[in-house]
Amino acid sequence: MKRILLSFFLIACLLSALACERKGGGGTTSNTGPIVVGYYGDLSGRTSNFGQSTKEGALMAADEINKAGGINGRQLQVLAEDDEGRPEKAATVVTKLIDQDKVVALIGEVASGNTLAAAPKAQAAKVPMISPSSTNPAVTQVGDYIFRVCFIDPFQGEVMAKFAANTLKAKKAAIMLDFNSPYSRGLTEFFEASFTKLGGQIVNKQSYTQGDRDYKGQLTAIRSGSPDVIYVPGYYGEVGVIAKQAQQLGIKAPLLGGDGWDATQLWELGGDALNGDFISNHYSIDDPAPAIQKFVAEYQARYSKKPDALAALGYDAMQVLAEGLKKAGTTEGPKLRDAIAQTKGFPGVTGAITLDAQRNAVKPAVVLKLQDRKYIYQETIYPEGMGPQSSAPATAPAPAKSGN
Amino acid sequence: MDTFVQQLINGLTIGAIYALIALGYTMVYGILRLINFAHGDIYMVGAFVGYFLAFQLGFTGPSLMGLVVVLIGSMVIAALVGMAIERFAYRPIRKYARMTTLITAIGVSLLIENLFVARLGAAPRAFPQLLQEQSYTLFGNAAISKSQILIFAVSVFLMLLLQWIIFKTRVGTAMRAVSFNLNSAKLMGINTDVIISVTFALGSALAAAGGVLTAQYNPQIDPLMGIITGLKAFVAAVLGGIGNIPGAVLGGLLIGLAETFVVGYGQNVGVPTTFRDAVAFAILILVLLFRPTGLLGSSVQEKV
Amino acid sequence: MPILVKRLIAALAIVLLLIIVNQYMSEAGLFGFGVPPYYGRIIMLAGINVILAVSLNLITGFTGQFSIGHAGFMAVGAYSSAYLTVYYAQAWERSLGGLVGGTVAHALIFLLAILVGAVVAALAGLVVGIPSLRLRGDYLAIVTLGFAEIIRIVILNIDKVGGATGFTVPGYTNFLWVGIFAVATIVIVYNIVHSDMGRALVSIREDELAAEAMGINTTRYKVLSFVISSAMAGMAGVLFGHYTQFLSTNDFQFIRSFEIIIMIVLGGMGSLTGAILGALVITVMPELLRQLPGDFSQYRLVVYSALLIIIMLTRPQGILGTREFGLSWLKRSQKRTEGTKPVGEKGVSIAESDKE
Repeated sequence: MKRILLSFFLIACLLSALACERKGGGGTTSNTGPIVVGYYGDLSGRTSNFGQSTKEGALMAADEINKAGGINGRQLQVLAEDDEGRPEKAATVVTKLIDQDKVVALIGEVASGNTLAAAPKAQAAKVPMISPSSTNPAVTQVGDYIFRVCFIDPFQGEVMAKFAANTLKAKKAAIMLDFNSPYSRGLTEFFEASFTKLGGQIVNKQSYTQGDRDYKGQLTAIRSGSPDVIYVPGYYGEVGVIAKQAQQLGIKAPLLGGDGWDATQLWELGGDALNGDFISNHYSIDDPAPAIQKFVAEYQARYSKKPDALAALGYDAMQVLAEGLKKAGTTEGPKLRDAIAQTKGFPGVTGAITLDAQRNAVKPAVVLKLQDRKYIYQETIYPEGMGPQSSAPATAPAPAKSGN
Repeated sequence: MDTFVQQLINGLTIGAIYALIALGYTMVYGILRLINFAHGDIYMVGAFVGYFLAFQLGFTGPSLMGLVVVLIGSMVIAALVGMAIERFAYRPIRKYARMTTLITAIGVSLLIENLFVARLGAAPRAFPQLLQEQSYTLFGNAAISKSQILIFAVSVFLMLLLQWIIFKTRVGTAMRAVSFNLNSAKLMGINTDVIISVTFALGSALAAAGGVLTAQYNPQIDPLMGIITGLKAFVAAVLGGIGNIPGAVLGGLLIGLAETFVVGYGQNVGVPTTFRDAVAFAILILVLLFRPTGLLGSSVQEKV
Repeated sequence: MPILVKRLIAALAIVLLLIIVNQYMSEAGLFGFGVPPYYGRIIMLAGINVILAVSLNLITGFTGQFSIGHAGFMAVGAYSSAYLTVYYAQAWERSLGGLVGGTVAHALIFLLAILVGAVVAALAGLVVGIPSLRLRGDYLAIVTLGFAEIIRIVILNIDKVGGATGFTVPGYTNFLWVGIFAVATIVIVYNIVHSDMGRALVSIREDELAAEAMGINTTRYKVLSFVISSAMAGMAGVLFGHYTQFLSTNDFQFIRSFEIIIMIVLGGMGSLTGAILGALVITVMPELLRQLPGDFSQYRLVVYSALLIIIMLTRPQGILGTREFGLSWLKRSQKRTEGTKPVGEKGVSIAESDKE
């Protein structure tokens, strides 16, 4: 009995020790010293290449900003935390960053599942969070402190459907999706809806999981349906091999994909089998525009490899945040949030970024053709309400699909 | 019909890889009653060793010599790794209860995986194409690719080689003796430690060969590629009768076929392709329920 | 004082303490002091892990049935209860609230959710436990792993609970709930272990054949142990889901089962307090490691695995082995000499056993 009482007493002491903290107050509102920004992503788990790439882009942006004088004279300090690719840990590290490290804003996460787990914490604490690449519509629906600088699935899925139906004049499409990936499933859903609305027919739908070695089973089944195009909205690791194995099976139909294809390893894995395929993307690494080439060159110099789409988005997310900080002139949550929300036509590496009323990035998508290890520009597809030559739309446009 | 044949070829191809890996599981279990959880990761290690060897030695394009060198090189190095694992992680606890060794094996497996992820990153890499890929049409739409032929040829060769070693050499006889009864073998003057090391070496070499061969078929290699493949190979070993060498081969082929047919035809009966991996587990459960000794295994009574 | 009254007072005291702590942990805090959210989160997760570790210990540590698919039962409990709370709870709470008042209705609904989670998880435990009867150590482990994977893949395929995207779930859990159930789990397992059933379980662990020969219905006890253990894991899952308020199958992969295993291995598989200790250490350790400077995060998982191997090589019985911490004044029902042999089947080594 005594021991039980003793142990409870000890626990009570421990808890008192923990509560040095009085309630209240989000980020620090001091006006000097570094501005602390949090980054969270998968740095050690199965998808750590995504988390690392994004982090590299974000850090490079932060360094550039600091070299150019920082935010109104204050330096940016980025604290990166590893969530191992697990939603529960994502929420834990975000809680830590907000609560212990007193970050004024957050960059993250790549995978929508992790962002969805962590975003409510940021929303409740009134700390703005910018996701570089979570494409699931639900992410920004968590609250008005959650932003993103990438497309959402509805738009990107529709882009490719339009391209397939209108430009390639495809009537029959097959789909090969990554079952475990919300990104892939989201794109599939919207591609399907768009394509059928435009008069096309989905003749076959197969799926695979990351880590599958062999896709011939699914591809053989797809082959028997004789599709005009095959939509493969997955990640480069698998897509490269899928393209190869499709070629081995004698499949001639072009493969279509999204920004998940974009990485140098795609070429290493797929080689010539990728010739004649198309993707929708934010930008093209081969785009001769000086801003993009400067980014590529700097990234290459700093990390000894070419940037992939995630690195570019991480870079842009940090830049957008910095811009917001500059405009707001303060690190207070609500004011910072408002400043970020007003981002219009920001010249990002991944395109001109305008955040709409739902805090999603409205930017055109480019369709690129893959040929001889290069991307060749085909056309630009704009969200509704946005036209060519205007980086700032006349009215606040809604993204293409209303499934927002 | 040609689709069926195509799926058959696909199934046998991955089945052959499972068979190579399953042999390692079955041999180690035969002599030590230990499920070497880390064996699937040796497959991965083999692929990566091959990857680095290829780049170090300058083989980045199609080259038959490159293929042979890389294959043998990775088999040798993997054999050493397997022996090291046995020596440092399993030998000290050989006398402990089974649960300890199983947990240790899981620990070793996770250690290898995470070490590779920490040092090399989880991003998939492209194994160099050492084989000039080409497809040969059999009939209709059914085609077999050069890499598939390679896999068949090399697997069959290695399995025959293993058979020869086990049945026609003294080392092999010693291995069989140890798997029958370790203590009696010791009494007969067999150095069981050495034989156990040899067993690990052989098993690891086969798994590594599987890794390099798979990499020709699917050049995407990443540190976590051994997990699911290893588990399925284990199921194959159990299916065939764990401890039974022909059984491992049979099991591997059957699992490969089952998986491919579920993927290819499953949708017609309402089984989504994502249940591909679940198929192996389902087979495992069925086997353990209805025929725990496996297809070719023999029923042995538990002595008290 | 009769023992029942003593127990009742103890129970009330514990509940009171939990209520006080709960108040401490919530938004308003106690007298202006509150636990910072980050620490609060660690405490909550630790509590849930305690339930998981203690329940796994029942089946793996005390009964000797090596189950490495515990995350599967947790997932089953979490998702089944979530289905209820997301789709039905609001309507039910409204109608019930009219009868008994808002807070009571809220609590009752959650209690129902926990019950549902436990029952469904128990059923899953039954499904897993029955085939396991015939299997020994290694095979059983693989089968439990397989079941956990199948469960995860099945859940992934059910769109109504979020599929691959994830499932947003209302928040019901607070420290009071976690505390009550953690204490309840500990008490239940403690009572089981110190009862006839407990002795039967341990005898199964030590030598199943001998136990059977002594007339113990090993089948019944093994299955019972599985069912109870998985029911508790299910409850932990319910608490977890309604705390994180977001369910994703990525939180129930093998790594989670593995973490629970490390908890009981570290603490000592035959020890109840060992499991609690292990749960606390494993929950807190990653957070402590975050404080380390530099790019250490990449190596965290490497450290875990290495740690496990080292423990197995040097002290396989874990920190407490089969002893308990601080309960020495209780009647020692099992006198056990501490050796280097860990909990296992008769200590029969793998190399020595005949072909079986």
